[in-house]
Amino acid sequence: MMTLRDLLNKLLGRETASANTARERLQLVLAHDRVNMSSLTTDLLDKMRKEILDVVAKYVEIDFEEVAVSLETEDRMTALVANLPIKRTISGEIQLKQTEKDTKK
Amino acid sequence: MGNSRTILICSGKGGVGKTTLTANLGIALASSGASTAVLDADFGLRNLDLLLGLENRIIYTAQDVLDKNCRLDQALVRHKKEPNLALLPAGDPRMLDWMKPEDMKKISELLSEKFDYVLVDCPAGVEDGFKNALAACKEAIVVTNPELSAVRDADRVIGILNASDIDPIQLVINRVRPNMMASQEMLSIEDVRSILSLPLLGIVLEDEQVIISTNRGEPLTLTDSKSPAKKCYVNVSERLSGKDVPIIDPKNEGKRLRDKFIRLMQTKIF
Repeated sequence: MMTLRDLLNKLLGRETASANTARERLQLVLAHDRVNMSSLTTDLLDKMRKEILDVVAKYVEIDFEEVAVSLETEDRMTALVANLPIKRTISGEIQLKQTEKDTKK
Repeated sequence: MGNSRTILICSGKGGVGKTTLTANLGIALASSGASTAVLDADFGLRNLDLLLGLENRIIYTAQDVLDKNCRLDQALVRHKKEPNLALLPAGDPRMLDWMKPEDMKKISELLSEKFDYVLVDCPAGVEDGFKNALAACKEAIVVTNPELSAVRDADRVIGILNASDIDPIQLVINRVRPNMMASQEMLSIEDVRSILSLPLLGIVLEDEQVIISTNRGEPLTLTDSKSPAKKCYVNVSERLSGKDVPIIDPKNEGKRLRDKFIRLMQTKIF
């Protein structure tokens, strides 16, 4: 989204309005505060991340380079969001197709 | 009184306008005909008496009521210009050492027997003073300013309120500067409301008249001033008492050419 003012600022090479910066900084600091309040520390989060990966790695091969586990806060609800891209299942793709069929039934 | 409402006015951060809101809201509710008590729960740094211009009329305090040195009606200070409003003053700061949530609860129960509204002016912070005041209330108004530190502290307070039985919890955004919001140099009403995810009770515009009225010890809502802040306080009090009136929109507040220009610059182009 861009307003007439933003355009003018851009043309004149001025800094963008500070409310956007304020909003972004606030959202970051609140995400942190809210997690701290529920006493989920960074150490615990790291530990949890490792354990989740260990469990998932038993069943599927994960692309470790692309793994992202983070806490996201929206509307006062904090969610643990894990993005674990799967390369393949341990016993190969055939099994994956079978389970797909199973779920269709 | 069965349907008396005890309302906590809190903010976390100091200096955002809790006491000013309590005083003005108290007068506005009282002048609409509802019997209203304002209770200063800020024992460490009491100021509500000063804002109401009642500082020279205090004889007994909440402490004397609890110690049974006097009856409740002896400690209450009635406002001469608005007899529907009474103040129960805070005791001395030493009360902080022994006050328990049950003590505050007892005071607010005594008050709610006699008044339609009991507004509790809460101390800043999230420590014992705040928790004592919290125990005395059923509803809450969180006051904040459109500034980083005020919103952050409000968020912590809301976290604690959400974990209690307080309901509803409503938001008042104080010291709003329409021009700065229009030029996007201040967090917008919608920014603050959505970040804190509370229903918005109202906004109060930044206004020099607030300082002037404090100097005089006469809340704006007691005067026949046409000032923007007074209009906002009355709006908040009407909405609080259940009247279906719209929230004041800061966008419509400036009528000068400069304000119109600022609004033009807000036009979304893509």
